[in-house]
Amino acid sequence: MSTRVEGREITLAQAINEALHEEMRRDDHVIVIGEDVGKFGGVYKLTEGLYDEFGAARVLDTPISEAGITGVGLGAAMTGLRPVVEVMFGDFLTLAMDQLANQAAKVRYMSGGKLQAPLVIRTLMGAGRRIAAQHSQTLYAWVSHIPGLEVVVPSTPYDAKGLLKTAIRNNNPVVFFEDKMMYRTTGNVPMGEYVIPLGVADVKRPGDDITLIANSSMVYVALEASQRLAADGISAEVVDPRTLTPLDEGTLIKSAMKTSRCIVIDEGYQRFGASAEIAAVVAHGAFYHLDAPVERIGAMDVPIPFSPELEDLTIPNPETVVNLARKMVRK
Amino acid sequence: MLTAKKTSRDETRQEPSYDRETLLQLYHQMQQIRLFEERVVDLYTRALIPGIAHVSIGQEAVPVGICAALRKEDYITSTHRGHGHCLAKGAHPDRMFAELFGKSEGYCRGKGGSMHIADPETGNLGANAIVGGGIAIATGAALSAKLQKNGRVAACFFGDGASNEGLLHESMNMASIWKLPVIYVCENNQYGEYTRADEVTGGDLVERGKAMGIASEHVNGMDVLLVLRAALQAVKRARDGGGPSFLVCETYRYLGHGMSDRDRPYRERSEEDAWRARDPIQRLDDYLIQQKIATQDELKKIVEQIHHELEEAVEFGKASPLPKPEEVRFDVYAS
Repeated sequence: MSTRVEGREITLAQAINEALHEEMRRDDHVIVIGEDVGKFGGVYKLTEGLYDEFGAARVLDTPISEAGITGVGLGAAMTGLRPVVEVMFGDFLTLAMDQLANQAAKVRYMSGGKLQAPLVIRTLMGAGRRIAAQHSQTLYAWVSHIPGLEVVVPSTPYDAKGLLKTAIRNNNPVVFFEDKMMYRTTGNVPMGEYVIPLGVADVKRPGDDITLIANSSMVYVALEASQRLAADGISAEVVDPRTLTPLDEGTLIKSAMKTSRCIVIDEGYQRFGASAEIAAVVAHGAFYHLDAPVERIGAMDVPIPFSPELEDLTIPNPETVVNLARKMVRK
Repeated sequence: MLTAKKTSRDETRQEPSYDRETLLQLYHQMQQIRLFEERVVDLYTRALIPGIAHVSIGQEAVPVGICAALRKEDYITSTHRGHGHCLAKGAHPDRMFAELFGKSEGYCRGKGGSMHIADPETGNLGANAIVGGGIAIATGAALSAKLQKNGRVAACFFGDGASNEGLLHESMNMASIWKLPVIYVCENNQYGEYTRADEVTGGDLVERGKAMGIASEHVNGMDVLLVLRAALQAVKRARDGGGPSFLVCETYRYLGHGMSDRDRPYRERSEEDAWRARDPIQRLDDYLIQQKIATQDELKKIVEQIHHELEEAVEFGKASPLPKPEEVRFDVYAS
């Protein structure tokens, strides 16, 4: 990991919870809106403690109305507040999509810059929880497609905290994806105040022979693959874009130019997915430096099945990455 | 044939006393909207306005009556048929025409057009081309006003069509549980695009609001004074912490859904004539004369002045520069 700072080991869930506490203390205009986020503290306990500290006026338990709460958050954002809306599962973004894609994303542009929507939508992604086809999808490609939205996909507690704080302070609508399987992932987080700008990729492991571009949970797949590859004498560089919009194209291209090979690993569906966009960016930008076509490994293009036996087949794994990388490097 | 729902107010109409200035302002605004939109029809027909436009001729009493009860800093959200809402809330015809022409001095610098005019300076959070798309935004603005304790209220305009969108149900429920200062204003112009509203709407809309615990009533949307009276009550309720209101204003779209809908084959001319006989502007005109509040001559002068202003506004719009090509990338994100 590139970021080594004095701090303590906390989980990704704690990091997000800390970011929410700190931003709500820092700015009275920050409110949290969502289903079960108040008294109950959130389905995954991400908002625990907020209700006790900030009260019902700033931590709003809502009805189960994803479109409504997204739109209410937007209206509040357009009139001076900085709402953080929790959409309990990323799969439920479908219900909120008009408010996100047609309203929040476009209000600044359509008004010629006179209105703005400093809104954060926190939602989930990621398979592996054995909760089947409607609670396991990774749908960040959908929102990354829409101009006007920013899309954050953190992989570590450090990144999650710093990026969420930036997202809350930023004046654009941001969709913030948390992998439900990573909430207990621990990492070093400094005690003090820090923020991470959107649009800055992070090299999670330096290497020379091949670039593995991965975000969120796939960073860990890439890191495990790179360890195994190291045993074969293949040096893999793991680059985490951290945000899909804005996308730090320069860092991704630079890495691929250096290593001359690149695999994009994505927990979203492979077909028309984020991996396709990133691969296109790298293939174009690093073209004259590449020794192999840019490859992609995405989630299998099937609805996510319930049976653990089947579900695990749909998610990219280190084995697949290692095999493909070996073939590409031919060492 | 459709007729507007009779409300108790039709029979027992008692005018609260409004001063002459208020009454003439109501008259001015309704005339301004109608004459503005008549010019829109003319300019569109002559291919001077690109795209599409939806006019609300016949419905003027609703935006004017509602906005007369609001303060400048109060919020509104509007619809694809929203010119009247913008004007009633205080927008200037010159920058509106510039927007309709796609010019850089338009309210949205030419990026919004007829269906998206927004003017935060007058509390207008924008017209919305997704049917029902602004309902949650208005509800959120009301939440914001309540949390910031700034005393503002939000008026949410939408049509009978939007009444059947799920977002209204979700939003009204939140407004009810949180007692938000929002006024849901359904402009029931009897048609959702090309289909009669009563053919696609189950039950009575007012009952839907009541079922959520929201003060709800039918309002004669062809009488600006009745709309204003209902609006004043609703605004007072909102400012006093009494929560939301739902006003179902019965009105009529004299023209078609859009500019291409000229023949209106889905309804009888006799039905249109019956509604035109209840014209909201003529009604106020008659009232002002009968009550000796204004003379025919004074009203004529108001109309002439509006014509003059609109003539200048159209010229302003025409003369406004086109947006520069580089502006296409501006304002996608905060800089």
